[in-house]
Amino acid sequence: MRFSVRTLSTRRRHPLAGLVVLVLGLVAAAGLWSALAPKPAQAEQYTARDVEAGRELFLIGCASCHGQNAEGITTKDGGNYGPSLIGVGAAAVDFQVGTGRMPMAQSAPQAPRKAPEYDAEETRQLSAYIASLAPGPAIPAEEYLNYQDVDVEGLREGGEFFRTNCTACHNSVGAGGALPNGRYAPTLKGVSAKHIYEAMVTGPQQMPVFNDDLITPEDKRNVIAYIKRVQEQPNYGGIGGGGLGPVVDGVFVWVLGIGGLIGFAIWIGAHGARSKKKKA
Amino acid sequence: MSTDTYTPVEDTGFGKKAAGPVGWLDDRLGLAGVAKKNLRKVFPEHWSFMLGEIALWSFVVLLLTGVFLTFWFQPSMSEVVYDGSYAPFRGLEMSQAYASTLHISFDIRGGLLMRQIHHWAAALFVGAMLAHMLRIFFTGAYRKPREINWLIGVGLLALGMVEGFAGYSLPDDLLSGTGLRFVDGLIRSIPLVGSYLEFFIFGGEFPGEEIIPRLYMAHILLIPALLLGLIAAHMLLLVYHKHTQWPGAGRTNDNVVGYPMLPVYAAKAGGFFFVVFGFTALMGALVQINPVWAYGPYNPSEVTAGSQPDWYMGFSEGLVRIMPNWESTFLGHTWSWNVFIPGVGGLGLLFTVLALWPFVERWVTGDQREHHLLERPRNAPTRTGLGVAGMTFYGVGWAAGGNDIIATQFHLSINALTHIFRIGIFLFPVIAFIITRRICIGLQRADQNKILHGYETGVIERSPDGSYAERHAPLPVTEQYRLTAHDRLPALEAPAETDENGVALPHGRVAKVRHRVRSFYYKGAIDKPTLAEVEHADEHLAEIEGHPVHLGEDFQGVSETGIPKSH
Repeated sequence: MRFSVRTLSTRRRHPLAGLVVLVLGLVAAAGLWSALAPKPAQAEQYTARDVEAGRELFLIGCASCHGQNAEGITTKDGGNYGPSLIGVGAAAVDFQVGTGRMPMAQSAPQAPRKAPEYDAEETRQLSAYIASLAPGPAIPAEEYLNYQDVDVEGLREGGEFFRTNCTACHNSVGAGGALPNGRYAPTLKGVSAKHIYEAMVTGPQQMPVFNDDLITPEDKRNVIAYIKRVQEQPNYGGIGGGGLGPVVDGVFVWVLGIGGLIGFAIWIGAHGARSKKKKA
Repeated sequence: MSTDTYTPVEDTGFGKKAAGPVGWLDDRLGLAGVAKKNLRKVFPEHWSFMLGEIALWSFVVLLLTGVFLTFWFQPSMSEVVYDGSYAPFRGLEMSQAYASTLHISFDIRGGLLMRQIHHWAAALFVGAMLAHMLRIFFTGAYRKPREINWLIGVGLLALGMVEGFAGYSLPDDLLSGTGLRFVDGLIRSIPLVGSYLEFFIFGGEFPGEEIIPRLYMAHILLIPALLLGLIAAHMLLLVYHKHTQWPGAGRTNDNVVGYPMLPVYAAKAGGFFFVVFGFTALMGALVQINPVWAYGPYNPSEVTAGSQPDWYMGFSEGLVRIMPNWESTFLGHTWSWNVFIPGVGGLGLLFTVLALWPFVERWVTGDQREHHLLERPRNAPTRTGLGVAGMTFYGVGWAAGGNDIIATQFHLSINALTHIFRIGIFLFPVIAFIITRRICIGLQRADQNKILHGYETGVIERSPDGSYAERHAPLPVTEQYRLTAHDRLPALEAPAETDENGVALPHGRVAKVRHRVRSFYYKGAIDKPTLAEVEHADEHLAEIEGHPVHLGEDFQGVSETGIPKSH
């Protein structure tokens, strides 16, 4: 088909011309969007049997606090006995149950990380059930967890994201930090890439949510790469204080330094002058 | 018997060889006269006299390692793109100061070791000065004629802290920048002039581009020069006053019993230098300090949990952390009491009290005499109590500076800790004072008991009527002397408020206050036994009637296995 300039120019005042341009524009925008927009991490596929098995587990282990239908339980004075889990997504369940934070052993300012109560399959089933209630953050796909593949540039950018968004609570090497009223930002040592990712998308406990619009999945992977790098690299310079900073240095100075040198001073002070002695 | 024999140095092999060059030097410098007097100068011996030496030798280590670091450190805040060997930062924009610190740490042979030795030695330097100062305080060594030397010491401590802080800020990493921001806050909290002062020091808004070069100048030139000068003055005064000594047999206020500078102290002090150098080198080699790469370059919008100053500024940090958030606005200015009182006020209070103490104590005791014999801490119960109270105050502030680390490591609530510290900073020093003074008085009683009733021999005797008692034997005279060589307590008389005509005396009020403070100062202290009491006790202890066995003159108590020891 050949369009001459003239043909176009004669039809440009056609009553439908505006509409055609609008449609073309929308198509182009949508096409660009679907091509370039940050993709949410790939959701896992669950079967109806997973959901049913998860529901059964939920009724036994979780419903006493979160309600029969995960709608949450409100106390008489309006408090929150267990929050609603509708819409928290599979990632939240996988994080909370997979790190042993849920079920909670006791009421506390914050659920601590502990040995998981449910095995991997049960955790998957619980996730399937909660994911079936309403859409929410999904468990991240493998490609965003392969932090070993991140290059130097990604590592540097991950570090920038980490220092800007995370170190204020989690410390510059992820050693953790204190928060008000007995709460704390837990250490990131020994936390799997998947759980770090899930924490970012779900914002468990005191943590803010870093959704895919704030930090893209690729950048999340870079952040994870930086965390893993600073924790896995050798401790240049000798025994470290676990990344806790100058407080530990102060303890070392006073106990080892001053303490040890006083020991030597006592040793030197206890020995008088030596001179050759001859038996008379 | 053995006798000590010495070979004159000029007859030794070394002496014969050295005679030529030494003679050459003496002909030109004429040092023999000065050296002859000073090389034989006598210093007393005690381990606690070496605390200041730790500080001195740490300072030498600091000079040596510091010179090494200046070869590569770039005190500039201009931005560069990092291309060194620490991979996570490659391509990152950072200041030249930070980049060169990373360069020293990762790309200069021995650079990280030198950096770590330098940092450990710095922390040790201030720590040793503080420990040395506590020794001086608790033994009363700052009394006349040494008040000026005490003031020089206080100045050295303050300068040491500033010097350490300047060094902490130089690498321009996230931690040091945060520390700089803290001090910026302290400066700005000074009423009225704060903002102007900040602009003057930083050359504009924080952080600007001037502060690192300026701190560098202060760190490697200005403050070290001042420190060196003050250290020289400190040592000259020490030689001029002669070193204080512990009381003991043969030791008086007018002599010094000890060993000569050469050869004994030259060897001991020289050896101790190598011990200190070895210690800092070992710590630098084995224990990580200030891993600048872990923090990242400074960016005013970033911060890391667990940001702390080095230990010597922890006190100041802690006071700011526990201060209630008081702030007021009037006269068109913001008055940041929340930072000014604990930050500037805390350090100001610490150094003011330290500087004034010798003069306050002299005013209270009215003691105008020279003192060259040290006072055992127990024999000045109020001073010792106040010292421990001061340490407790400092300790609470110090601990509060690490409240976040305490909270996370011991699973405590940081809010609860803040409340404990807020109350504790006022309460704990008082409790510490009362307990310490009681302990001192208890120890004084124990001394008195030993003098008047002898020491426990471990010999259990059974009397004819079947009761058991432990035999006591008199202390050796030298020991009795050591325990009683301090001054008798002064008589405390209420001052006259009026003269003989019933007219109020001009300084009646001050005298009354002074009398009250003085009574408090000596309250509860036990005076040493009088001569009559000691003689009476000697007679009593010498009685052998009723004891089955005569212990004899040379009895030295029994060993752990129950066998009597003798000379």
